[in-house]
Amino acid sequence: MSENEKVGYFGPYGGQFVPETLMAALAQLDHEYHAAMADESFLAEFDRCLREIAGRPSEMYFARRLTEQACGAKIYLKREDMNHTGAHKINNTLGQALLTLRMGKKRVIAETGAGQHGVATATAAAVFGLDCEVYMGTEDIRRQALNVFRMELLGARVIPVTTGQRTLKDACNEAMRDWMGSVEHTHYILGSVVGPAPFPEMVREFQCCIGRESREQMMDAEGRLPDVIVACIGGGSNAAGIFAPMIDEAVEMVGVEAGGRSMGLGDHAASLVAGQPGVLHGARSYVLQDSDGQTAPVHSVSAGLDYPGVGPEHAYWKDTGRVRYTTCSDDEALDAVVALSRAEGIIPALESAHAVAEAMKIAPKMKPEQIILVNLSGRGDKDCNEIAEILKRRKK
Amino acid sequence: MPFLTAGYPDLETTAALLGNFEARGVRVCELGIPFSDPIADGPTIQASYTEALSAGVSSEKIFEMVRSYRQGDGKLALVAMVSYSIVFKHGVESYLAAAAGAGFDGIIIPDLPLEEAAELEPLAAAAGLANVMLIAPTTPPARRLEIARHSRGFIYFVSIAGITGERARLPEESIRAVAELRTHTDTPVCIGFGVSNAETVGHVCEVADGAIVGSAIIHRITDAKDAPRNELVKKVGDFISELLIPIL
Repeated sequence: MSENEKVGYFGPYGGQFVPETLMAALAQLDHEYHAAMADESFLAEFDRCLREIAGRPSEMYFARRLTEQACGAKIYLKREDMNHTGAHKINNTLGQALLTLRMGKKRVIAETGAGQHGVATATAAAVFGLDCEVYMGTEDIRRQALNVFRMELLGARVIPVTTGQRTLKDACNEAMRDWMGSVEHTHYILGSVVGPAPFPEMVREFQCCIGRESREQMMDAEGRLPDVIVACIGGGSNAAGIFAPMIDEAVEMVGVEAGGRSMGLGDHAASLVAGQPGVLHGARSYVLQDSDGQTAPVHSVSAGLDYPGVGPEHAYWKDTGRVRYTTCSDDEALDAVVALSRAEGIIPALESAHAVAEAMKIAPKMKPEQIILVNLSGRGDKDCNEIAEILKRRKK
Repeated sequence: MPFLTAGYPDLETTAALLGNFEARGVRVCELGIPFSDPIADGPTIQASYTEALSAGVSSEKIFEMVRSYRQGDGKLALVAMVSYSIVFKHGVESYLAAAAGAGFDGIIIPDLPLEEAAELEPLAAAAGLANVMLIAPTTPPARRLEIARHSRGFIYFVSIAGITGERARLPEESIRAVAELRTHTDTPVCIGFGVSNAETVGHVCEVADGAIVGSAIIHRITDAKDAPRNELVKKVGDFISELLIPIL
């Protein structure tokens, strides 16, 4: 069997590197997921949820003033920030909540960094009457206080995580530990295209509505596909969702990782650009780790990108050259928040601002008739306190 | 079978504990290689890993310690408990060779299930390391037998669906499952996770070939951490003697 045919693998990346205790749950999930995707009534119900709960389709918007400022290619925004709960995360949590019901489980757990996935999980849990607990690092609880309140208001319990760097990776560890002991009645709604199979494929499929809609909307608006698609990458779910449906087309794709303060180890979260193949959270992919295999500390101004690993399919796209991966620094992302707010009246999430910054960088090098599509994965309300503090420090 | 976090609170203490355990009649000891993200471990072992790592412990230094333990005629069978993240980063073949060369007899990779172990199994055999595999309470019956066929040295039966840590009692269905498993295999079966006192060790060993005690030992090391090394070693050693009473 060649590597490409191995179930749960993307080339040499992916797999199921988890304790035996979880293997039965992954087998059950894999079975239910594939049965559901072949079941018309499940797909119809998922579509209904995306329409009636998430508010899809999300708009595709021509950013006229931003385009004028960049002096180059036309910039379009896929408005995932307009979804219910304010980001693309709701697409995935609705899909996984439906699977949870299908498996007869009554409780869901999740990890969250920026809090968007936590809020989206808490929302889906409220809609379907599931018990919900969300693991969140105390550093993220500090910088995303609004989302903590939202989760609690939605009826979820937020469990503070004080291990490690107290951010997304540590929240992920704790959620997995919970799942080890609760697997028989609990489903773990993993928030990105990371983790053991079938999560990377499943989360990508639940996010593919982004790319499918974009494709149609771009054909309606311009009569052709974009020249370049740009998306930010933490674990990589919004990027996978917009890339995958057009991956076989002649469209250039760019993934933007968190360049943080500098490209020194510990100062950024650019697993694909600066990491090496390794194993983290159940999958083989690109990982930021030291020479002994210990996970390295990471940094990003954006809590949602502050993660030392990345989805295995992105690792595969990197190696095959299908997607170009680059970085954007904390400062560039902050500048992009201000630029987009003033040019278009849209306050983007710090995560999504990384993609906006890259678009502003490449647009001037392209022709005016060319098209860049940016996945504006989330809105910035949650970041306003953090941004205000940083801008204040900057002024000094 | 005691479990020690290698390098907690330091490698000299780990080496002294190995010598002490051997004198008290222990035959096999598990050495945990500290990892930054041990998802199968509870707070006790996780904290010991974090502390060992911040003191600069690495696989290389642990191998060095084991090598000198062997040079000093240390006879315990040693089994490394190590995350696949670490093994993969070093390169599977060279990590196994280094572990065997240092004097390890076996290896337990808790995040390497059957499906992912095919590449490693022959390499472990070639290096002369027993690849010990785990069976969980959630493992379906047919799969248990398949894992039993692949496991070398012994079979590690995880007593509870959950993480490592001390528990007052173990589920009876796990005890029954081990008795059942033993009718299908000649490979010894040891029970771990949650075994924390002599009474449980005695109970477990009515059906199993061994009991693995981890968190209860680490917690005693933590309690005695600020005492002089010989006192810590004696206290932990006394606990080991207590655990051995029902089975010696």
